[in-house]
Amino acid sequence: MNKARSNPLNTAAMHGALILYTLIALFPVFVIIINSFKTRRAIFREPLALPDAESFSLIGYQTVMKQGDFFLYFQNSLIVTVVSLAFVLLFGAMAAFALSEYKFKGNTLMGLYLALGIMIPIRIGTVAILEMMVATGLVNTLWALILVYTAQGLPLAVFILSEFMRQVSDDLKNAGRVDGLSEYTIFFRLVLPLVRPAMATVAVFNMIPIWNDLWFPLILAPAEETKTLTLGSQVFIGQFVTDWNAVLSALSMAILPVLVLYVIFSRQLIRGITSGAVK
Amino acid sequence: MQTRRIRWHIAVFLAPAVLVYTAVMIFPLFNTLRLALFTEVDQSRIYVGLQNFRTLFFDPIWSEQFWNALGNNFWFFLVHMLVQNPIGVALAAILSHPRLRFAALYRSAIFIPTILSFVIVGFAWKLILSPLWGIAPSMLDAIGLKSLFAPWLGKEEYALTTLALVSVWQFVGIPMMLIYAALLSIPEEILEAGEIDGITGASAFWKIKLPLILPSIGIISILTFVGNFNAFDLIYVSQGALAGPDFSTDILGTFMYRTFFGFQLQLGDPHMGSAIAGAMFAIILVGVCIYLFGIQTRMRRYQL
Repeated sequence: MNKARSNPLNTAAMHGALILYTLIALFPVFVIIINSFKTRRAIFREPLALPDAESFSLIGYQTVMKQGDFFLYFQNSLIVTVVSLAFVLLFGAMAAFALSEYKFKGNTLMGLYLALGIMIPIRIGTVAILEMMVATGLVNTLWALILVYTAQGLPLAVFILSEFMRQVSDDLKNAGRVDGLSEYTIFFRLVLPLVRPAMATVAVFNMIPIWNDLWFPLILAPAEETKTLTLGSQVFIGQFVTDWNAVLSALSMAILPVLVLYVIFSRQLIRGITSGAVK
Repeated sequence: MQTRRIRWHIAVFLAPAVLVYTAVMIFPLFNTLRLALFTEVDQSRIYVGLQNFRTLFFDPIWSEQFWNALGNNFWFFLVHMLVQNPIGVALAAILSHPRLRFAALYRSAIFIPTILSFVIVGFAWKLILSPLWGIAPSMLDAIGLKSLFAPWLGKEEYALTTLALVSVWQFVGIPMMLIYAALLSIPEEILEAGEIDGITGASAFWKIKLPLILPSIGIISILTFVGNFNAFDLIYVSQGALAGPDFSTDILGTFMYRTFFGFQLQLGDPHMGSAIAGAMFAIILVGVCIYLFGIQTRMRRYQL
């Protein structure tokens, strides 16, 4: 074993640097959450102290529950995220299968066409998207958001999934064909289950940007009944700037769902990123 | 003998994705570029060619805002390149060290800010940096640097840099993860061969690992570029659509939003908004082309 690679002083320095950065990364979240459980006076007097028996208060959460329809916002975000993800995965996998399985005229061209959207952000087309949604009456519906996020997620999904589908063995598919299975059955029964890990990667990549997006909800669906959690908390906090209890509680409530999702999916996410899916 | 049948299933497999993608992404993109060539007079749309772009670049009222937003956007990007990516590389280099304990724990914790929405990040930092609450000044006081404190978000000369650093704080996890993955894929034999030649520790990083992860650094740079040039949310959440103080934090995203959606007393102008979108499209396209043809093809890739 080499000396330079296991020097205790080096190890201590490495842990020191990582701990320092971890503190920087977590400090704001920590401050917001502990202060959301305190009285107004305690928030200002000792912002860094943990809430104790004397300073504990849920007044902020009560204001938030009374004033903002957070359950509705949460439900909207959930519907938009889940339905968009389902479309991205289903349509993306179907297109990826067509591109990776069959030889046909224009295959490469179609692949390039679908890949364009990986680098070009969909936001550039916002003016025309808004015009289209107004014309079709979809503005201020969740469908507007679902369509946009589906279109936004497809290019990368097709790209990643077709890479994976090329690795599915031809023998398996041909055996299915000999047994008289239709191309659809081969796709749904044989291929889809085999690329499940890649589907999970795609889902996790798309989930966070969709859940956190502010731009499209602000422009396409700002109505009260279609607000997503991100937009809802932005508007709510904007109105209650001076009510620090309410603001801190609203922030904590917005952090919580993402944090829970992260704890559940972080392994998948990290494995997805580090498996070199983004090349 | 069988004649060639049309293989309908290929069309069925491709149709949903191609339809949605074309209708909601590609068509609006070109339609926006087309709208930039029109203007509205007496509620009817008339074709004016490149007039909107001329207004945007040369009309003093518009061009001042446009060049300000573009300049700010470049500064925003530069701060990311100079701060976010080096920190990301450094963290990844430490994390990828063999036999480092708790690596997974550090990795997950440092990635947390990246999953938070801009709304949370923007407001959280606004509160922390607020002179009203006093967390930032009292923490600086504790290390004897209280004199350095200023209401950073409220001062024209600091606001943009402060927001860029907040954005760096949020996104440092992405370069960290990608570089970490690249570092892990370097075969052990190469490092051992270096050790035999006496290249260890820091010099192993600079002489062996860094050249090998250059392609990943290239990818991160272009991702940062595209992300920064359509950024909007963080500025909007913390400084509002007016990107105050006095437009000092205005970038192309907020400028476009204000122009086409309108704000306060100014009415929205979809055609000028489209022109700004066209300019953003051109900038991003140039950036992507420089990367694809200028950097990626020239970068030496080592067969590992």
